[in-house]
Amino acid sequence: MRDEPMSGACDDCLARSWLLERVSGHLAVARSRIQILLGLDDEPLVAAVAPGQRREILGELARFSAEKARRRAETSELELLCRCQPRYPPRLRALAAPPAVLHVAGGLERFLSACADEPVAVVGARRASSYGLEMARALGRGLSASGLGVVSGMALGVDSAAHLGAVEVHGPTIAVLPGPADQAYPASRRQMLRSILRTGSAISELPPGSSVRSWSFPARNRTMAGLAALTIVVEATARSGSLVTAELALAMGRPVGAVPGRTTSPLAEGTNELLARGAHVVRHAGDALDLLFGAGERSAPDLRPPVSAHHAVVLAALAAGEAPGGAFAAAGLSPAEGLAALSALELAGRVRRGAGGRFTVVP
Amino acid sequence: MLARAATFAIDGVDPRQISVEVDIRGGLPAFTIVGLGDAAVRESRERIRAAILNSGFEFPQRRITANLAPASLRKAGPGFDVALALAVLAASGQLDPRELARVAVFGELSLSGELRDSPGALAIAEGSRRAGFKRLIVPWERAQEASLVDGLQVVGVDGLRRAVDAVNGIGVPAGLDRPVGGHATAGLAGPDATTSTPGPDLGDVRGHAIPLLALQVAAAGGHNVLLEGPPGTGKTMLARRLPSILPPLTREEALEVTRIHSVAGLHSAGLIGTRPFRAPHHTISAAGLVGGGSPPRPGEATLAHHGVLFLDELSEFARTTLEALRQPLEDGHVAIVRGQRALVFPTRFMLVAATNPCPCGFAGVGDRCSCAEADLRRHARRLSGPLLDRMDLLVTVHRPSDAELRGGTATTSAQARAKVSEARDRQAARLRGTAANCNGELDARLVRATVRLEGGAQTALGRAYDTGTLSARGRHRVLRVARTIADLDARDRVTEADLLLALSLRQRSAGDVALAA
Repeated sequence: MRDEPMSGACDDCLARSWLLERVSGHLAVARSRIQILLGLDDEPLVAAVAPGQRREILGELARFSAEKARRRAETSELELLCRCQPRYPPRLRALAAPPAVLHVAGGLERFLSACADEPVAVVGARRASSYGLEMARALGRGLSASGLGVVSGMALGVDSAAHLGAVEVHGPTIAVLPGPADQAYPASRRQMLRSILRTGSAISELPPGSSVRSWSFPARNRTMAGLAALTIVVEATARSGSLVTAELALAMGRPVGAVPGRTTSPLAEGTNELLARGAHVVRHAGDALDLLFGAGERSAPDLRPPVSAHHAVVLAALAAGEAPGGAFAAAGLSPAEGLAALSALELAGRVRRGAGGRFTVVP
Repeated sequence: MLARAATFAIDGVDPRQISVEVDIRGGLPAFTIVGLGDAAVRESRERIRAAILNSGFEFPQRRITANLAPASLRKAGPGFDVALALAVLAASGQLDPRELARVAVFGELSLSGELRDSPGALAIAEGSRRAGFKRLIVPWERAQEASLVDGLQVVGVDGLRRAVDAVNGIGVPAGLDRPVGGHATAGLAGPDATTSTPGPDLGDVRGHAIPLLALQVAAAGGHNVLLEGPPGTGKTMLARRLPSILPPLTREEALEVTRIHSVAGLHSAGLIGTRPFRAPHHTISAAGLVGGGSPPRPGEATLAHHGVLFLDELSEFARTTLEALRQPLEDGHVAIVRGQRALVFPTRFMLVAATNPCPCGFAGVGDRCSCAEADLRRHARRLSGPLLDRMDLLVTVHRPSDAELRGGTATTSAQARAKVSEARDRQAARLRGTAANCNGELDARLVRATVRLEGGAQTALGRAYDTGTLSARGRHRVLRVARTIADLDARDRVTEADLLLALSLRQRSAGDVALAA
C-alpha cells in the first residue's frame, strides 16, 4: 500500500484494470453485451471472451506486477483510487460493475470534491447543431458557475461544448475518457484536455498506454451515468449513445433530463422521446438546479453583462433568426453601427459567430 | 556591304534593344540568320524574301548573313521581320543606312509586304525613347498605343514600302505630338483613350448593405478580402464591382497596365483607363497564375497589376497554385528564373477570394447545411495557410431578403470612389517615406507607429484579445482595418466604434476559430 491510507489502489483492482486492457480486443468483438461482461469476475470474463487463450491470459494475470502499474501511473502523473477504498465515489459504487480503478488526472482531491456536490452529466450528439452546442455550453457554464461538477465525455459536439462552458467560468468539470486519462480522445481535443485540467479533472478506468476500442464508449457511458446525480441529454438522434447513458442512469433510479428540440429535427428525436417518456424538461441550468435541490433553492448566477437598449433590439432580432442585415434594419441602425453593435455583443459573450457568418444568441 | 537596324524584343514585360546586322557579300546566294532565334525567326527569311519582292524592291542574289545581337538573349517571335527586311534593303543599297540607323522599327511582315499587328508596342516605344531614338516605325494598328510615350515620333505604316518612306522622312511631319497614320477605326477608343469604360456599378446592387460597406473599407485601405457565402448570393457580382470604387489609375499606372496587357496581346488600342479585373478559373496552374513558360509570359497576377485578382471557389484551387501567390502578395512582384536570368513581373493587385462557408455550401442558411463539425474543420483547414494570412477582411454575403431586393440602392460607385480616394490620400500623406502606400501594406512596426487608439478602442481591443478570440496576428489585422475605417471618416484617432466595426469585419483564420472553440 502507498503512503496515503485513504486513497490508492489495491493489487487486485490494478490487476483487473490491467486485464481489461489485455482482453480489450476480445471485448470489442462482444461489445453489444459489454455491460454484462464488465460485471463478470476475472476468470469467467476471460473464459467468456477469450476461451482459446484462457490459460495464457490467466498466466499473465498471475504474474502481473501491481508495483509496476503504480510506477507507470505515477510517471503519467495520474492518481489512483480503487473501488475497495472508502473514498471511492458512493454514486459510482452503486453501478452493477463499477470501474475497478479510477485513474485520475488533475488531482484526486479536486475530483472527489466535485463528486461530493451533485455532479451533473451533460451529454449529446457529436454532430450537434449550433443550437445544441450553445445549449450545452450554456448548461456547462451555468452548472459549473453554481459549483456543480459538469461530467461529460469530451467527445466532439455536445460533450466538448459542455466542458467548454465549465472551462469558460473556471469551474469544476470531470472528463470521463474512453482511453487513458493522460491522453486526449479524440486526439484533436488535446488543447481542451489541458484547459479542463486547469480547474477540473479527467478520469479513466483503463491504465495509461491503453488503446481506445469500440467497447470503451459504452463502458465510459456507464461511468458517466454512475458519477452523475443528474444526467441531461442535449441533442440525440434516435439511436444515439447518449441514450445509453440516460438508460443506465434511469436503471439506477437517477433523474434524467433532456433539452427540448424542434420536433422536425432528427437531432431532437432522441431527446424528445425521452421527454415523452417522462424525462425532466431542462431549458437552462436553473431547471437542473431546481430538480436537484428543490425549486428556487439554488440559482445559477447570471454572469452576462447587461446590454444597452439598442443592442437589445439587435439581440432580439438575431434570436428571431434574422441575418445580421435584417437585424440592423429592425433596430434602425446603419450597417456600420450595426456591425459595431454586433462586435460589442460578441465581446460581451451574448452572441457567437457560427458557420456561414450567422450569429447565434448565447442562451 | 553592312547595314544595321534597331528593334526591340520583349523580355518578360520589359523591352530589350536588339541590334539587327545584315552583311551582304559575294558568293552563292544564301540567307542565314544567326543570334539565338526560335523557329519563327528562322522562318522570317521566307517572309522577308517574299515581302521585299512583292513590295517592288529587289532581293539581292548574293550571300546574306543576318545577326541578331546580343547573341546571348533568346529571341522569339516574328517581331524582327521589318527590321531584318529594312537592313537587307540598306545593305543592298536600296535604302540609306545612315537614315536607318536613326530610327527604331518593329513588326511582322506578311508575304505581300504588309505589316501585321504585333503585341508589345507600348513597351517597345518606351524602350525606344529610353535608348534615345527620335522616331519609331510600328504597324498601323499600334501607332496610337505606341504614341502614348512622350518625346517620340511614332509612325504607323501599313506596308514595307511605307516603312522605307518613313525611314527616309517622307510623309512624316516635323512635330512629335500626334502619331502618323494612326488607327481610327470606329468602335475603338479615340486618340486619347484615357477615359475609363464604365464597368459594373455599385448602384445596380440591391441589398447587401454589409458587403458594400466592407468593399469600401477594402478599397480604401487596399485590404485583401475573403467573401464567404452560399452559392448564388452574389459574391462574384460584388467582387466585379470592386474596380469601380478603387481610385482612378494615375497616368504612370495606366501606362504600366497598358504595357503589360499589350505584351500579353490582350489589348486593342489606346491607354487602358480602368483597373483590370482578372478572374482565373480554379483549374489554373501555378505558372498560369504567377507567370512562367518559355519564354516566360506574365501570369494572371501580373495581368491584375494595379487592379483586382479574383479567385472564385478558393478552396478548389490546388494548394501548390495558391502557395505560388505568396511571393507576389508579399513583394508586389514575382521573379521567374530561367537559366541564368531572372525575369521580374510586377504584381501589385488587390486579392479578392470567394468561398462557400462549408463543403455543402449552405452553412448559416436555416437547417440546410448538412456538414458535421469535422467537415467544417477540414474546410477551414483547406482554406487556411499563407494566403489567408494576407487577407484582412472576411465578408459574409447573405441572400438578400425580398424587401431588400425591392428597396433602393445604398450608394453609387462614383460616391464610393470619392470617399475611397480621400481615404487613400490621407494614408499616402501619413505613410510618405515608408515602404507602404496604404493601410493594407502596414507591417507590425508600421502598425505600431501609425495606428493611434482612443481609450475606448484600446479597452475593446484588450477585451477581444483577453477573451481569446483574437490571435496576435489577428490583432494586427484588426488595427490595420480600424485605421482604414477611421480614414474613411477623416479621423486621426481610431474610436471605439471604428475598432468594433473592424473586429466584426476581421478575417477569422483557422487559428482564431480554434482559439474560440
